[in-house]
Amino acid sequence: MSSKILINERDVVVPGQVLAEGMDYLPSHGTYRLNDKILANKLGVAFIDGKVIKTIPLAGNYLPKRNDVVIGKVIDVLSMGWRVELNSPYGGLIPIRDGTFEFVPKGADLTRYFDIGDYFVGKITNVTSQFLVDVSVKGQGLYKLRDGRLIKVNTNKVPRIIGKKGSMVSMIKQATDVKITVGQNGLVWLNGEPAMENIAVEAIQKIENESHISGLTDRVKEFLEQATGKKIEAKQESSEEDEEEGSHDSQEYDDHSDQGEDGAYEEEQ
Amino acid sequence: MGYDKRYDGREFDEVRPITAKAGVVKNADGSAYFRIGGTWAYAAVYGPREMFPRFQQNPKKGVLRVNYNMMPFSGQGDRVRPGPNRRAKELSMVSTKAFQDVVDLSKFPNAAVDVFIELPETDAGSRCAGICAASIALADAGIVMKDMVAAVAVGRVDDQIVVDLSYLEEATEDGRGAVDIATAMIPSTGEFTLLQMDGVITKDELKEALSKAKDACAKIAQVQRQALHDKYGNQGGDDNE
Repeated sequence: MSSKILINERDVVVPGQVLAEGMDYLPSHGTYRLNDKILANKLGVAFIDGKVIKTIPLAGNYLPKRNDVVIGKVIDVLSMGWRVELNSPYGGLIPIRDGTFEFVPKGADLTRYFDIGDYFVGKITNVTSQFLVDVSVKGQGLYKLRDGRLIKVNTNKVPRIIGKKGSMVSMIKQATDVKITVGQNGLVWLNGEPAMENIAVEAIQKIENESHISGLTDRVKEFLEQATGKKIEAKQESSEEDEEEGSHDSQEYDDHSDQGEDGAYEEEQ
Repeated sequence: MGYDKRYDGREFDEVRPITAKAGVVKNADGSAYFRIGGTWAYAAVYGPREMFPRFQQNPKKGVLRVNYNMMPFSGQGDRVRPGPNRRAKELSMVSTKAFQDVVDLSKFPNAAVDVFIELPETDAGSRCAGICAASIALADAGIVMKDMVAAVAVGRVDDQIVVDLSYLEEATEDGRGAVDIATAMIPSTGEFTLLQMDGVITKDELKEALSKAKDACAKIAQVQRQALHDKYGNQGGDDNE
């Protein structure tokens, strides 16, 4: 029996859309098999990797994952630590020992370290099957946030905002001179000169809205150069990346999803 | 003389003109509107998010909640009393059930996905328009679902089987009167997820009406998919159904 593929690489696919017919192809992320067809079950961008068809999601909320670097907010102070919100259906807990390097005596007032409403950059240390999440703010690149502003972005676009080995976010930082920390949970913290912050926010929103269209790096670069009036030195990787399209670009996507597992790009203190 | 020409001049198996758009409510995780003739439904999806009240949480999978609401000024001149009434509660329930076997929330224990359907204008077929809008909104929110549910009302006016009744047709009392069957369908498998009926109908007429509903749902499903494709610059333009 002959099999055929009904979509092109990088097409936007919607739930229920038939992606391929016949038994020669295999369903991966965001797809499933119905009789001899492969259908999408999530809104996303399709990729064909040999015989495997998968989609990269375009929407959806953040689900906590171990070793993710996230930006969170303290919503309650308990006796054993702090309850935090992670822009996700599930909140987390910072145990006292993971909240500070200092020795905390028994019965101490925990609001000295984190008070309700404080924001922080933390790392998820453990997630159970029922999504009980442990967070740590002890470690390199993890700290309490002061000043600056926080914006929400689509969680699925975080790898594109970070870029290959942080190339996209460092380009924005280079152009605007704003400190930026991107949390895997879709919160981005920016601190710098207000006018430049605005440009950085616009650049991030541009990435968010246009990331499924190829040639993103060049467009963002152009936008930043125009907005700041500064010339941005081309980085080897970022200029190469978008010249070739098609298969090379799908590689780019793969790299980003790998990056996602490694954790967020962090601003050094 | 039977019902040989429709009040609005449509063919008997023709649906009213449809427009649909995804991503219309900025603050929602997913949203859409779906307009069919004089019926206009907005749907906004929030979640998956933490579920309250807590005792309703399900530790095995996420819970889907659909809320159907007709706006006070939406009807045929009479003001609809705001807030949940018996009818709205029932329609919320059947709309939830229309999605139950399509939406997969097993990855979200203890969480809830809330769908709010609001109808600013109604002219019959509002539960179907609501389900169509909710379906686009759920997909837009990135929820895992087997397929997008398409819904349409079919029925019989006097002796004629018709698709997508208007309010005038639904209210007909001439001859044998009107029968109104609200249906929702999973296009890829052809299974019905909603089936409600007003009136009296014969077995053969019901069969004919349901087969016409399937054809109409297939057309509506294409409009729904196009709405999502349009949001992302029409990249996946041609549909392969």
